[in-house]
Amino acid sequence: MNALQEKYAKEIEAILAKYPADRKRSGVMPLLYIAQREGGYVTKQDIAEIAEILEITPTEVASIVGFYTLYHDNPGGKYRIQVCTDMPCALRGAEEFLENLCENVGIQVGETSEDGLVSIEAVMCLAGCDKAPMFQVQTGEGLEYHEDMTVESTMELIESWKKQEKEG
Amino acid sequence: MTEQKVTGHRILLRHRDMPDIGEFDVYTAQNGFETFKNVVTTMKPEDVKQLVLDSGLRGRGGAGFPTGRKWMFVDNNNWPHYLVVNADESEPGTFKDREIMDKNPWQFFEGIMCSAFAIGANDIYIYLRGEFWPLAKQLDEQIEKLKAEKLLGENLFGTDYSLNIYTHLGAGAYICGEETALLSSIEGFLGQPRLRPPFPPAVGLYGKPTVVNNVETLANVALILEKGADWYRSFGTPESAGTKVFSLSGRVNKPGNYELPFDATYRDLIYEYGGGIIDDRPIKGIMSAGASSSVIVATDEALDTQMSYETVRNLGADLGSASVIILDDTVDMRWLINKTIHFFKHESCGKCTPCREGNFWMQGLTDRIWAGDAEQVDVELLHDVAKNIQGKCFCALGEFSTMAVVSSIERFPEDFKV
Repeated sequence: MNALQEKYAKEIEAILAKYPADRKRSGVMPLLYIAQREGGYVTKQDIAEIAEILEITPTEVASIVGFYTLYHDNPGGKYRIQVCTDMPCALRGAEEFLENLCENVGIQVGETSEDGLVSIEAVMCLAGCDKAPMFQVQTGEGLEYHEDMTVESTMELIESWKKQEKEG
Repeated sequence: MTEQKVTGHRILLRHRDMPDIGEFDVYTAQNGFETFKNVVTTMKPEDVKQLVLDSGLRGRGGAGFPTGRKWMFVDNNNWPHYLVVNADESEPGTFKDREIMDKNPWQFFEGIMCSAFAIGANDIYIYLRGEFWPLAKQLDEQIEKLKAEKLLGENLFGTDYSLNIYTHLGAGAYICGEETALLSSIEGFLGQPRLRPPFPPAVGLYGKPTVVNNVETLANVALILEKGADWYRSFGTPESAGTKVFSLSGRVNKPGNYELPFDATYRDLIYEYGGGIIDDRPIKGIMSAGASSSVIVATDEALDTQMSYETVRNLGADLGSASVIILDDTVDMRWLINKTIHFFKHESCGKCTPCREGNFWMQGLTDRIWAGDAEQVDVELLHDVAKNIQGKCFCALGEFSTMAVVSSIERFPEDFKV
């Protein structure tokens, strides 16, 4: 039993129970989310361990990481702010919002703040077109949507994360 | 059309009229899950399929294929069968399935449960785009509730019918909305489309007969079975029965989801419900089906067109998933196609050359055209590249990438004069 399996034994068992017994490979996407939970990204070690659990090759697991945008193979900010700048949101001011947000946070799109707390990314449609500007925040724990946002309300959100960090 | 008339028409967004319908007890107090019980205990799968066919229900994911007919293609010589619910909702401008599952979940569940019975499936997979993580968690909790209420599990209502539901989260890939790519994704492979035929009702998930239907499509089913095909056909037009959730976005005052019968017009949607154009500016174009649609010139004739499968086609566009994006006179079509091409270039799965290379090439051209560095010959080249992609892609999504490009250049030539 490898480290990932040992740590999340019950959860992994429940995931694999969703699929036919001879179709373990279906567990690759949920297992990658588990691997990403702690550090916010997938390590080579995680890939090897998932491959072992599912009885496929590490290359096959790595191909899934590369194909989908919500898996990361590099560390980013603890909170990844993913702003939708796709066409419907852009028609409602998403591009200006992103630019002003970056200016306020002091980083460029694709960068992470010096304290490692926040990354800002521009992403494709998130199905929140009627509530632009909007973004999702991805952490290892999951995702949440923030809609009808302004730079002010976003800065307040970031401040609340900072406070949370300090209070530990 | 008055608000009153439309309120009476709400089938899918019933939570707007009955705010607590998302509560299990409120839903069951409205005879919720009685239809499912009746279906399982008194109906034959064939009769359920026939009733849904008779209702005229068509697929709401975009293709508009008759739902009952799709179900009848399921191969009864090969078992088990699967029902897969497409909740990938990734078309720019589309945000309806999210509201249905979030706010009217039990009707959604009852619909998919009746549908599974119809096709003889004991397992349902709901494939949600990864961004719907909190929604998947909510659905997982609701599935537990259904198990506890003995509406899911083995030998339901004392019959030999058993049913389970599982959620599966995607991880950010537009292509997974294509049904065969979605199936590959569940199987743990890259989300790339498969050659069709065979179609999923013959060879689908794990090689077994599978029906893939959109969330909105299936959310209709329980009410159709309760109230009958004639009731359902009393809404809409002869070829487009029922109501549709229109996701309205872009340069309008009140963007959002509006459920209207198919005989409502673009003018109704944009001006009566959507509150008109921002700052009362002139409307320029309508994208009827998200980023993958041809752009309609917003003439009076177009605005007075009914939003049905058969009539939108007369405008040189498709109803699709009915994600209606409004463009006003501030929108430069060079900017618009640059945005749509950036989307498709990013989302091309890479499997087939016309889409993978074509979008790469188109992006180079639209970047140049939008930056003002292009010559007239570049516009012609872009049009030519797009036309040459058409009809040659492995799946429909490659085709989609060319729609806005070709229609914008042909219908809004003044924007492309160099």
